[in-house]
Amino acid sequence: MALVLNEEQVMLRDAAAGFLAEKATIAHLRDLRDSGDEHGFDAEVWREMTEMGWAGIAIPEAFGGLGYGYTGLGLVLEQAGRNLSASPLQSSVLVAATVIGELGSASQKEALLPAIAAGETLVSLALQEAPHHAPLHCAMSASKAGDHFILSGTKLLVMDAPAADAFIVLARTAGAPGDDDGLSAFLLPAETEGLTVEPGKMVDSRAYGTLTLTDVKVAEDQLLGDIGQASKGLGHALDIINIGLASELLGLSAEAFERTAEYLKERKQFGRVIGSFQGLAHRAAELFAELELARSIVLQALQKIDEGEPDLALYASAAKAKLCEVAQRATNEAIQMHGGIGMTDEYEIGFFIKRARVVQHLFGDYNYHLDRFARQSGF
Amino acid sequence: MSDLEQFRQEVSAWLEQNCPESMRMPMSSFEDIFPGGRNPEMSDPDQKVWCDRMAERGWTVPHWPKEYGGGGLQKAEISILREEMSRIGARPALTSFGISMLGPALLEFGNEEQKREHLPRIVRGDVRWCQGYSEPNAGSDLASLATAAEDKGDHYLINGQKIWTSYADKCDWIFCLVRTDNSGSKHEGISFMLFDMDQPGVTARPIKLISGSSPFCETFFDNAIADKRNLVGEAGKGWTIAKYLLTHEREMISGFGSAPKISVADMALEAIGADASGCLANSVLRQNIAQYQLDTMVFGATMARVGDEAKAGGGLGPASSIFKYYGTELNKRRNELNLAVLGESALGWEGEAYSEGRVSRDWLRSKGNSIEGGTSEVQLNIIAKRVLGLPDA
Repeated sequence: MALVLNEEQVMLRDAAAGFLAEKATIAHLRDLRDSGDEHGFDAEVWREMTEMGWAGIAIPEAFGGLGYGYTGLGLVLEQAGRNLSASPLQSSVLVAATVIGELGSASQKEALLPAIAAGETLVSLALQEAPHHAPLHCAMSASKAGDHFILSGTKLLVMDAPAADAFIVLARTAGAPGDDDGLSAFLLPAETEGLTVEPGKMVDSRAYGTLTLTDVKVAEDQLLGDIGQASKGLGHALDIINIGLASELLGLSAEAFERTAEYLKERKQFGRVIGSFQGLAHRAAELFAELELARSIVLQALQKIDEGEPDLALYASAAKAKLCEVAQRATNEAIQMHGGIGMTDEYEIGFFIKRARVVQHLFGDYNYHLDRFARQSGF
Repeated sequence: MSDLEQFRQEVSAWLEQNCPESMRMPMSSFEDIFPGGRNPEMSDPDQKVWCDRMAERGWTVPHWPKEYGGGGLQKAEISILREEMSRIGARPALTSFGISMLGPALLEFGNEEQKREHLPRIVRGDVRWCQGYSEPNAGSDLASLATAAEDKGDHYLINGQKIWTSYADKCDWIFCLVRTDNSGSKHEGISFMLFDMDQPGVTARPIKLISGSSPFCETFFDNAIADKRNLVGEAGKGWTIAKYLLTHEREMISGFGSAPKISVADMALEAIGADASGCLANSVLRQNIAQYQLDTMVFGATMARVGDEAKAGGGLGPASSIFKYYGTELNKRRNELNLAVLGESALGWEGEAYSEGRVSRDWLRSKGNSIEGGTSEVQLNIIAKRVLGLPDA
């Protein structure tokens, strides 16, 4: 596949850019934050996004989606990154639908994916138990009791938890933390008895939640995939998810950089436009080169998903690690080059660094993925 | 069978018949590159045989038009030729500045007579070209060059000095920037000329580098002569040609960073070993290598993307500056890693135990990558001004 967008993809990207720049901007994110909105996104804007089919872009047509593939979804996520648009596009579409697509049975996919694609159901993944991403270290217990399971434990940083209709909860039906075997995924409706959601906000003003499960009774048909065998499918889903997050990081890094480059042309100090200082100009040029490189690896990784690349883990960790590095640099330079005004809440540039850090850490940060990239490369 | 499939079979059969066995082995050093010319330096006489056979079909420069001696091949055919060559491990038959730099400039700016005279000789490897750009007091400020060419009716009389002229002592002809007019701005009055190095008044002296070897020369012109028909483009309008050619030079140099021979990680595993979990047993080095290999992969993806965009009709644009800057910095990183991985055995200079200083000399040579062909700082200036639109100081 050539590393260029086709006509359909360009149209999708431009449509997303236009809509989000009007309906889901940083100003809207600020309003949601200031109003203390519990869900952290605008349900009406989300409804319009689903009407345009965005929630089903990567979902196969057989399950109510558009079947455009992940390259298409990546383009929308990139635009969401540019505008810092708040919506369940990440939690429910990129994350949950992908996990269901990997692990679910045909009947589970038929029941869940069309509802996600239509925006009728919001599903979120409850995976993390400690400050760092470490899926195999899952310790939450799921013990078999007759024809059902009993789940107990706590899950942290569950995206969009206050608005979620259901959760995919990862728990251990066998083995010890660190084992590849014994991980199982369960689908739990939000109103399940014994499940409580403690809502919270992260630095990016998006809603997250802590899930506490106390002797929650789960029927066998709530199991996604085979018992104890979730690891492989989850791993592949996480590869796809991280490539999607890399797309979002690309968008927000590019936007933060472009705003900064414009600022360098306007702001005067010592009687000169500051962009004429070589100390700043060279750093801006280096960052531009890094962004061009970042764009290439994101597009390549997205295409690899759609091509069914067997070695996807290498591309996923390459894309996520590179974009973590570039996003870190782009947002840090954005604040530094804006100077004092970059530190104010009133100015929008600060919103980028906050969202960047959260996305960087979701499902593995730079350190995690650079290490994984090395392992995938055989050292 | 499709035409392309038939072409592949013909190419494959021809290569099998014509590529000498000794030319199906990886090159082990720069000396294995065949540059052509009147006095070709060869590490193996088969280099000339292989070049002559390929040149006969125009396949030393497969993308140039047939009327100028090239192969006249379409993109798909060129890909097939490359694939079939790499399948048998065939070396490039001819690598020269004539192919990578002068040729593209002549195709774009030369007149019909110049194309017919010079291009076929480049294809056949008859003439080895050097580039007369840098001067002692110009360097990165290329346009301030001073070598003068005086109009003498049917020819120009050239006086001045060039420096960093790669292989000037071994080349037959030079493509040279000279000043034909001093009255305007420094970008005006520069002319692009071709002339024979084998004439009285041309002296080339090698400059010994920190790597111990010497691809570069300082070159002196004392009443050297350039025939007027070898002025390319208009007199005084050579700067446009010079810039065009520089984008090709940048691309060529940036290629240094894109084709690692054996992976640094494999070399490190062999030299240092792995821990119980299979990770390199030096965690700091492992991280540095991972960062380098990640950036190499991402750089490769970018080369591929820009190539695909060019095929889809996009221009090279600022990419050549990005490639030059990033590719050469990557190559320097690789060479520093080689030292870190191999330890003291990488620091040898002479003697068998130190593989005749290959690693240390390559490392020292790589320091020039971010200086030659426009320094990294010049590339960053180009990106800042031409792409980002940042103002001059």
